[in-house]
Amino acid sequence: MKERTYEKYFRQNRLPHIWCPGCGNGIAMKAIVLAVEKQKLPRDKTIIVSGIGCSSRASGYMDFDTLHTAHGRAIPFATGIKLANPELNVIVITGDGDCTAIGGNHFIHGARRNIDLTVVLFNNTIYGMTGGQASPMTPLHKKATTAPYGSVDRPFDACKLAQAAGASYVARSTAFHVQHLTSMIAEGIACKGFSFIEALVQCPTAYGRKNKMPDPSEMMKWMRDNAVMKAAWDKLPEDKRTDKFPIGVFHEQQTVEYTKAYREVIELAQGGRK
Amino acid sequence: MNNMKLMQGNEACAAGAIAAGVRFFGGYPITPSTEIAETMAKVLPSVDGCFVQMEDEIGGMGVVLGASLAGKKVLTATSGPGFSLKQELIGYAACAEIPVVIVNVQRVGPSTGQPTSPAQGDVMQARWGTHGDHPMIALSPWTVRETFDATVMAVNYAERFRTPVILLMDEIVGHLRENIELPKSDELNIYPRRRPSKTRAQGYEPYAPEKDLVPNPADFGTGYHIHVTGLVHDYTGFPSGSPAVTEEFIDRLHKKIAIAQDEITHYDEFFMDDAEYAVLSYGGVARTAYEAVRQAREKGIKVGMIRLMTIWPFADKVIRRNAEKLKGILVPELNYGQLKYEVERAAAGKCPVKLLAKYNTEIFTPSEILKAIENLEGGRIL
Ligand SMILES: Cc1ncc(C[n+]2csc(CCOP(=O)(O)OP(=O)(O)O)c2C)c(N)n1
Ligand code: SF4
Ligand SMILES: [Mg+2]
Repeated sequence: MKERTYEKYFRQNRLPHIWCPGCGNGIAMKAIVLAVEKQKLPRDKTIIVSGIGCSSRASGYMDFDTLHTAHGRAIPFATGIKLANPELNVIVITGDGDCTAIGGNHFIHGARRNIDLTVVLFNNTIYGMTGGQASPMTPLHKKATTAPYGSVDRPFDACKLAQAAGASYVARSTAFHVQHLTSMIAEGIACKGFSFIEALVQCPTAYGRKNKMPDPSEMMKWMRDNAVMKAAWDKLPEDKRTDKFPIGVFHEQQTVEYTKAYREVIELAQGGRK
Repeated sequence: MNNMKLMQGNEACAAGAIAAGVRFFGGYPITPSTEIAETMAKVLPSVDGCFVQMEDEIGGMGVVLGASLAGKKVLTATSGPGFSLKQELIGYAACAEIPVVIVNVQRVGPSTGQPTSPAQGDVMQARWGTHGDHPMIALSPWTVRETFDATVMAVNYAERFRTPVILLMDEIVGHLRENIELPKSDELNIYPRRRPSKTRAQGYEPYAPEKDLVPNPADFGTGYHIHVTGLVHDYTGFPSGSPAVTEEFIDRLHKKIAIAQDEITHYDEFFMDDAEYAVLSYGGVARTAYEAVRQAREKGIKVGMIRLMTIWPFADKVIRRNAEKLKGILVPELNYGQLKYEVERAAAGKCPVKLLAKYNTEIFTPSEILKAIENLEGGRIL
């Protein structure tokens, strides 16, 4: 059996976690620590920052300096940490509501600044923690407690949003594709700029039950059957794309990173002194 | 004389912040506080600090709290509308015990109100603006030089008590220019960032209180692997649903400030020795009040003045002690009446307390306050 080397990254005394049986959050959390291990990030210099939601509870289980902020505010806190001490590696864990509703403004501005954060969005397309209200990423016509007749709000594509706002690295994967997800996060960590990884995760409790998919394994099979690798997706004719979605790296272009740009401000202010 | 400088209140605030060791500012521009951000943008990079303009005031609070956790001394500045937005994370700072100074250069509200006009309408918001039970320290300077001192003090208190501290300025003092002499750096007492008193191996608990009831959570990146949350937490820093833990936690937050209250209550008394009446004032209004009291004395009215620099926690003892021997207290405020009710509560019926409220964008004239003093003396106090 393969040694579970990643377990050292968890606070064993804080487990078991509070998530429901079958919840996808644990898979995404494991993918993050596998990526941290893969990139050999020094644990004392790696900070995990999260917002509020089921997903954001992950920070409490991870054995680093960890910060569980307020709803939607993880990115500003993370920005402050990174600017205060650029040698730190800062990973943000957020939910679809946390990142694109209440935290939407911080999200696009973090991407615009291109500050070196790795933001992992656990997308369960619902407000899990508060019992299943619609989020800005709930698919059209799907049910939520606040959309009992099906949602009429058009959802965000958070990857497109991140790219348009200026992120250096943008990718998507799912809880079914664990190894793929891990490498997407690892690449995001390696990228020195704002990296955004959307991880589709199943929420059988608040989303599945309301949308005729209460079984977590069914939800994961749905991910397997409908996720299409970017290269194949690009060749897929429009009429074959219905209900399917692309995964993989959508954008990778490293431009000047914010803490580096500010280093230049410091040099200018000090008259060119290094 | 060599160190004399013509300085604006807002500039003195920025200078005080730098002198106190602030090396990080994040915020969003708003009149009449903007000069603080502008000065910090210019000065911070030259002292290896960092300035960042955020997307809004919530982001401005978040970014300074993150930087504080990573070891920097931090400050943010705003005015009414932005102060409202900052309330969410002021509560976070109180709960997670993160040192931060929030400057509010008050203007007329509610809402966008009168952006360029002075007011003192945020006295109660400074105390109770964020939700839940929490202590608060707020300082309100009345001169440009005192703005410098109060900023240094605010940074020191934020670090010492690991709590948000509000520098409650107003447009009068923020935009006032005075010739001042700044203290030399070796004349200042600067409170350093608190450090863990134990190692992890010695059983370090980041939120275990020290003797002064303040904990020493380690700065991020120093190897302690601490957890910081806005949920109620026990000494380990992890959330707890226990009623006993919650009660002790809320108690301790209050007590860590309460046991130091006398030490952090700063005020002046003028002409109080034989005073039968007093004017109680604070901030920019105290300047006018002082002139009015001086003129009243010239007319032979036995009136004195109490000037509060520490607004919160409220100077109950000072008011109570004076109320015992006074026939009345006049409280002029540039609002509809806010601190007056605190004065009344603290006076506890020992003497009547009268409000002189003004909320039309104009500042008081000495003659307005003088007239109110004469009315007090005429026995027409309400
Ligand atoms: C300011 C504020 N508004 C509302 C809430 C209540 N709330 C907590 S979590 C949450 C939604 C979480 O959804 P999401 O970000 O998608 O995370 P999930 O629980 O699905 O992982 C809400 C609305 C809050 N904590 N703070
Ligand atoms: S409600 Fe959904 S997201 Fe939250 S723990 Fe349960 S399954 Fe996971
Ligand atoms: Mg969600």
